[in-house]
Amino acid sequence: MAANGGRGMAHAATMNEVERFENQLTPGWGKLMMWIFLCSDAMSFAGLLAAYGAVRLGSSNWPVPSEKLDVPLTALNTFILICSSVTMVKALSAIRHGDRKGFLGWLAATMTGGASFLGIQAYEWTHLIHEGMTIQGNPWGVSTLFGATFFILTGFHGCHVLSGVIYLFCIFVRGAQGAYGAENYSPVEIAGLYWHFVDLIWILVFTFVYLIS
Amino acid sequence: MSNKTDDHAEPNYWMVWLALAVLTAVELLVAKAPGPKSFVVFSLCALALAKAALVALYFMHLKFEKYALILIVMSPLLLSAIMYIGLVPDAITHLHWLPH
Repeated sequence: MAANGGRGMAHAATMNEVERFENQLTPGWGKLMMWIFLCSDAMSFAGLLAAYGAVRLGSSNWPVPSEKLDVPLTALNTFILICSSVTMVKALSAIRHGDRKGFLGWLAATMTGGASFLGIQAYEWTHLIHEGMTIQGNPWGVSTLFGATFFILTGFHGCHVLSGVIYLFCIFVRGAQGAYGAENYSPVEIAGLYWHFVDLIWILVFTFVYLIS
Repeated sequence: MSNKTDDHAEPNYWMVWLALAVLTAVELLVAKAPGPKSFVVFSLCALALAKAALVALYFMHLKFEKYALILIVMSPLLLSAIMYIGLVPDAITHLHWLPH
């Protein structure tokens, strides 16, 4: 009996060691899974941007983007998305400190930023489509792939922003119901990771599609 | 059960925001700047990567994460980097064709 008890204690001690070791390695399964998803999503965007670069380099009549696209308006949109990232970290900071009202306020500001970004992008798309630029061609006699790559890249990113706004709205509703607090903010942090990723990708898309002439 | 995931000190988020805003303004100026095309392109890429790094390190808290997670995140980025490096010879050749 005493020998069994000793083995049991040794086993428990070993398990504690294993758990402690695992805890040092893993950041929490929810966060880890979101990071793995973001890595795979980053690879998707990397493939799209590399294809965009290859198509653009291979085209002899690629237009100067700033002559066809509204760079100042998109710069404003970029700034809005950067602002929405800072409001997202402030929302996380507020809930970490147990400030539920502040959390909801910052999160609402983040959603507003995301919705504004989508509104401005919809305006830009509408304007370009009215000018005759589509996924199949354009009226300027430049490479037809200019419109295709533009709409695919910005559209794929726009879908991410729309998903992000819906995701944040779900977090907002759960937060308003009191689901999160100073000891339970992991879902907010995970949603924030997704939102910042969307911002990070836009920074690259803005540079490659709009700024590089 | 608590599901707090990290306890690091918070960085100054407003400073990061300011840095991102300033870098965006610099990008707009560089895009309009006269000079060798290759210099403008490489400057814009460097500025974009700097901004992306700021978002990942401070807003996504990668700077404060566990080493194992950083390795997980960096491994696909390494593959992406290899893919882009494969495009560099074509890009450099093309930039030499363009008028300065």
